[in-house]
Amino acid sequence: MSETIIDKPASRQGTVDTWQPVCRLEEIVPETGVGVRLAQRQVALFRTRDDRLFALDNHDPFSHANVLARGLLGSVAGRRVVASPLYKQHFCLETGECIEDAEVRLQVFPVRLAGDRVEIAASPVRHG
Amino acid sequence: MNKQQLLLIGHGMVGQRFLEALVARDGLSRFDVTVLCGESRPAYDRVGLTRYFTERDADALSLTPSGFMEAHGITLKLDTRVSGIDRQARTVTTETGERLGYDRLVLATGSYPFVPPIDGNDRAGCFVYRTLEDLDAIIQAAEGARVGAVIGGGLLGLEAAKALHDLGLETHVVEFAPRLMAVQVDEMGGALLREKIEALGVTVHAGTGTQAITDGEQHRHRMVFGDRHLETDVIIFSAGIRPQDTLARACELTVGERGGVMIDDHCVTSDPAIQAIGEVALWSERVFGLVAPGYQMAECAADHLCGQGESGFQGADMSTKLKLMGVDVASIGDAHGSTPGSRSAVFLDQSAGVYKKAVVSACGKKLLGAVLVGDASDYGDLLQLCLNSIDLPGDPAALVAPAGAGAPLLGADALPDSAQICSCNNVSKGALCQAIDAGCTSVADLKSDTRAATTCGGCATLVKQVLDSELAKRGLEVNNHLCEHFAYSRQALYHLVRVEGIDSFDALLERYGEGDGCDLCKPTVASIFASCWNQYVLTPELAGLQDTNDYFLANMQRDGTYSVVPRVPGGEITPDKLITIGQVAKKYDLYTKITGGQRVDLFGARVDQLPAIWSELVAAGFESGHAYGKAMRTVKSCVGSTWCRYGVQDSVAMAIRLEERYRGLRSPHKIKLGVSGCTRECAEAQSKDIGVIATEKGWNLYVCGNGGMRPRHAELFASDLDDDQLLRTIDRFLMFYIRTADRLQRTSVWRESLEGGLEYLREVILDDSLGLADELEAQMAHIVDTYQCEWKTTLQDEEKLKRFRHFINDATPDNELAYVREREQRRPAYPHERIELVES
Ligand code: SRM
Ligand SMILES: Cc1cc2nc3c(=O)[nH]c(=O)nc-3n(C[C@H](O)[C@H](O)[C@H](O)COP(=O)(O)OP(=O)(O)OC[C@H]3O[C@@H](n4cnc5c(N)ncnc54)[C@H](O)[C@@H]3O)c2cc1C
Ligand code: SF4
Ligand code: FES
Repeated sequence: MSETIIDKPASRQGTVDTWQPVCRLEEIVPETGVGVRLAQRQVALFRTRDDRLFALDNHDPFSHANVLARGLLGSVAGRRVVASPLYKQHFCLETGECIEDAEVRLQVFPVRLAGDRVEIAASPVRHG
Repeated sequence: MNKQQLLLIGHGMVGQRFLEALVARDGLSRFDVTVLCGESRPAYDRVGLTRYFTERDADALSLTPSGFMEAHGITLKLDTRVSGIDRQARTVTTETGERLGYDRLVLATGSYPFVPPIDGNDRAGCFVYRTLEDLDAIIQAAEGARVGAVIGGGLLGLEAAKALHDLGLETHVVEFAPRLMAVQVDEMGGALLREKIEALGVTVHAGTGTQAITDGEQHRHRMVFGDRHLETDVIIFSAGIRPQDTLARACELTVGERGGVMIDDHCVTSDPAIQAIGEVALWSERVFGLVAPGYQMAECAADHLCGQGESGFQGADMSTKLKLMGVDVASIGDAHGSTPGSRSAVFLDQSAGVYKKAVVSACGKKLLGAVLVGDASDYGDLLQLCLNSIDLPGDPAALVAPAGAGAPLLGADALPDSAQICSCNNVSKGALCQAIDAGCTSVADLKSDTRAATTCGGCATLVKQVLDSELAKRGLEVNNHLCEHFAYSRQALYHLVRVEGIDSFDALLERYGEGDGCDLCKPTVASIFASCWNQYVLTPELAGLQDTNDYFLANMQRDGTYSVVPRVPGGEITPDKLITIGQVAKKYDLYTKITGGQRVDLFGARVDQLPAIWSELVAAGFESGHAYGKAMRTVKSCVGSTWCRYGVQDSVAMAIRLEERYRGLRSPHKIKLGVSGCTRECAEAQSKDIGVIATEKGWNLYVCGNGGMRPRHAELFASDLDDDQLLRTIDRFLMFYIRTADRLQRTSVWRESLEGGLEYLREVILDDSLGLADELEAQMAHIVDTYQCEWKTTLQDEEKLKRFRHFINDATPDNELAYVREREQRRPAYPHERIELVES
C-alpha cells in the first residue's frame, strides 16, 4: 500500500547468516523498545517483561515516520503488539501484521541473545 | 446451478453499496460479479471529498473494505471505462476493446458536473469538483494562485468555495440566481446565508451570469459579466450535475427528457436485463443528487435480483444540511411552502444571525418543511417530526422559537419505531433497538452493526440519544471496563491502587488484571500512580507505561520529532527569558509559534536534541510545561489590576500562584485554568476547567468549562472567595475529579455524567457531605510538596539520558527526516514532497 519512498528495499536473498551485535540486554528497559540501525534499515527492537526480544521495521507505514521503537507494548486478544505512537495502529510483534489493516505488514527480523548481547540478523524473516 | 454473469458498470458510492447488499443477500451464490470502474481507485466517499483538502489522504476516504473483493470472489477492473453496450448480444465493450458478456447488467455510472456553455470554459485552470483527481488538480493550481472563483452558489459550490478559501485564496462565488442555495433556502434565509458566507471572507456575486472567460491582466482569467468583470487564477464550475447516461442513450434504453435512465420501483430499466441505480437513474420523473436515495435504490435492486422482499423504491427525502464549518444551514421537506394551504411560522434575529421557518399543514398539526439558517441544532428533531408526520407537540410557533425558550422539541423516546434515524443508510429507530437488543452498547457498535451515522454523520447525536435512552430502559450500563486486561473502570482501579497502596503495574496486573496490558491501560495506570504517589515518571518500573510523550517529556509531531514547551506561568515572561527562548529556537532551527495557551511552542526537535535544548532552557530558569502530559496545562490570565484600568484584583499574581501550585498534576485528562481581573473576562476563564474571575470582594469560581471539540460554558460554583478559600476549594475539586472521572474524561464531560449535577458537587466540595474534604486537601498537599521539574531531574541522571537517542547502536540521528521552508521557518515535508526531496 504505502509508497515506501525512503525505505531502501532490504535484500531478500540469503539466509540468516549475518548476525549483528546491537547492544547489551540490560541497555533496554524491560517492556520498552529502542531503535537500531542495521545496514540500510531502521529496526525497532523490543524487550518484553518476560525478556523476550522482537525486531521489526522502525518505519511506521501510516505516518511514514521512523517511530515504532517508541510505541507502547501491549497485547490484543493474546497477541503481543506494539502500538504506533502516532496514530495508534497495532502491529503484531511476531509477524509484523497490522491488526487494523490486514494488508499492511512490517518486516520482522530474527533476534537472539548471545550471552548478554542482543544480535539481529540483517535479512528479514519471510512470512506467508 | 450455473452462475449467471452480473456486470456492474461504475464503482462509485452506490455501486459499492449495491455489492454489499448483494453479498448480504447471498447473491454471490447466484451471480459471478465483475465490476468495471472508470476511476483508478475503488469506491471512495465522495460526500466527504472536501476532507481531502485538509487530510490529503485518499486512503482515508476509501469505502471499500480491504480484501472485500477477494473475499467474495468479485472481479474489480479499475481504470476500465465502458464505451458501448450491445443489448442484443448482451455484451459490453470497454475503451481498450475488451468485450464482456452479461446475463444481468447494472448501471451505476453516477453523474457528471454540468459545465455551462460559456466561451472559455475549457481553459487551463478551469476545474470541476467531483473526483479525487479533480481535487489534486485544484490543489496544484492553487499553489502560487491568489484568487479563486466558484461558478454556482448551491450546496456543492459553497463547499468548494470554503475549500478554496481554506487553501488561502481570495474566494468569490458567482451565482446566476438572485440568492445562494436557491433550491433549498427561501429569500430571507438566503439573505442571511449570504451575510454569513461573506463573514467567512468569501465574496458573493448573486444574480450574476458569466458570459465569457478570457485572458486576465492581473490574474490568469477574466470572467466577464456584462459591463463588469472579475479576475481570478482558478475557476471551479459547480453549476449542477447531469446523469451520466451516455451509454444508455447509445443503446437506446429509455431516458428522460432532461436525462437519466428511466427505472421502475425495482430499478429495472426499459430492458428487463438491465437495472440502473444512483444518480444516473430517473425514477418517477426525478433524479436524486444525494447519496441516501442511491443507497435505497442499491438495496431495492439487490432485493429484486435475489428474488427477495418486494421492497421497491418509493422515492426519498431530499432534506439537507450544509456540511460547512462555521455556517449552519439546513432545509427540510417543503421548504418553500408550496403545498396548497400550508402556512409558515418564521423567526428572524438579524443581530444573532438566526433565521428559522417552519412550514405547517393547513390543519396546523403537521410539519411539512423547514429552513434553518444560523442555528440548525433542531434539524434532527424537525426532520423526525416531518418524516414521521408526528402530531406537533404544541403551537407551531414554538418550533422556531429561539433556543432555550421552550422544552426540547422531541426526545428519542417520542419517536415511533418506524422513525428513520439515519437517512443516509436508511436505519430506523426500530433497527437501532434491535441492534441494542443483540448486544450493542456503544455508538461504535451501532455504527458497525447498522451503519447508522457512518456517512454524513448528521444523525450521530440522535443515534447517541436513542442508544442512551434504550440502554437506560433496559437497565443496562455502558460497559466501562478499561480494556481487555482490566475488568474495572478507571475510578474503581484508582480506589484499588489507593486503598491497597499499589505502586507497580505488575502488582496491579497480578491482583486485578490479566495478560500483558496495552496502550489503553498502561498510560491510565501510570496517571493513577502519578496522582496518588507522584513518583518520578521515568523510573524504570514506570517507564514502560508511559505514552511516548511522557516517555520523552515532549509532544511527538507527525514526522516523529518533538515539540518543546517551557512553562510560562500566567503568560507573564521577562524580556530576558523571551530572548533565551528565541536564542534556543534559533540555535536548533526550531519552528516557533505562540500557542493558544499563552506560551511559546518550539517544534521539530529530534529526540537526540531534547536533552541539550532542555539543559539550556533549564539553565535559564525554565521548567517543563507538561504540554505532553494528561496534566495541568496552563493558567491563562489577563493583565488585571497591574495595568488595566478596569482590573479589580491582581489576576496575573493569582494565575501564577495557581499554575505553580498545580504544575505537574497528572489527571484523567488535561486541565486548564483561567483567571480574569474583572467581569470583562479577557482571559476567557469561563471556557476552562477552572475559571476564576475577580470581583470587588474576592474571586468568583467557575468550574467544568471546556473549549475544544464540544465547548461548554463553566458554571458558577462559589462567589466572593478570598485567596485561601479559593485555593482550598480548587484543591478539593481537582482531587475529587481525579478520583472519580473516567479515562480521558474532561471535567465538562465528567460533570455532565455526575448524578446529582452541580448541586451534588457543591455538597461534596463546599459542604463536605462525604466527609472527604480533609483527605482531598491532604492528597493535594502531597502532590504540591513533591513536585519536581521532570526535565531537571532527567538532566541530572546519566542513565535516563541514554534513552534520548534514535539508535542504540549508532550515535547518528534519524537520517530520513525531510523539511520544507515556509514563511521563513521549517516544517516537515508532506509525503508528496518527500518523494522529490529524498530522491534528489
Ligand atoms: C500548541 C497548541 C496549538 C497552538 O499552536 O496554539 C495545541 C496543540 C495541540 N493540542 Fe490543543 N493546543 C493548544 C491549545 C488548545 C486550546 C486553547 C487553550 O488551551 O486555551 C484548546 C481548547 C481549550 C480546551 O482544551 O478546552 C485545545 C484543545 C485541544 C483538544 C480538544 C480537547 C477537548 O476537550 O475537546 C485536543 C485533543 C485532546 O486533548 O484529546 C488537543 C490536542 C492538542 C495536541 C496535543 C494534539 C496532539 O496530540 O499532538 C497538540 C500538540 C501540541 C504540541 O505538540 O506541542 N487540543 N488546545 C496549543 C498549546 C497550548 C499550550 O500552551 O499548552
Ligand atoms: C464534493 C461533493 C459533496 C457531496 N456532498 C453530499 C452530501 O453532503 N450529501 C449527499 O447525500 N450527497 C452528496 N454528494 C453527492 C454524492 O456524492 C452522490 O450522490 C453519490 O456519490 C452518487 O453515487 P453514484 O454511485 O450514483 O455515483 P458516483 O459516486 O459518481 O459513481 C459513479 C462511478 O461510475 C463511474 N463511471 C461513469 N461512467 C462510466 C463508464 N462508462 N465506465 C466505467 N465507469 C464509469 C464513474 O467514474 C464513477 O466512479 C456530494 C458530491 C460531491 C462531489
Ligand atoms: S478582564 Fe478586566 S482587568 Fe482583565 S484585561 Fe480585561 S478589562 Fe482588564
Ligand atoms: S444521516 Fe447521514 S450518516 Fe446518518
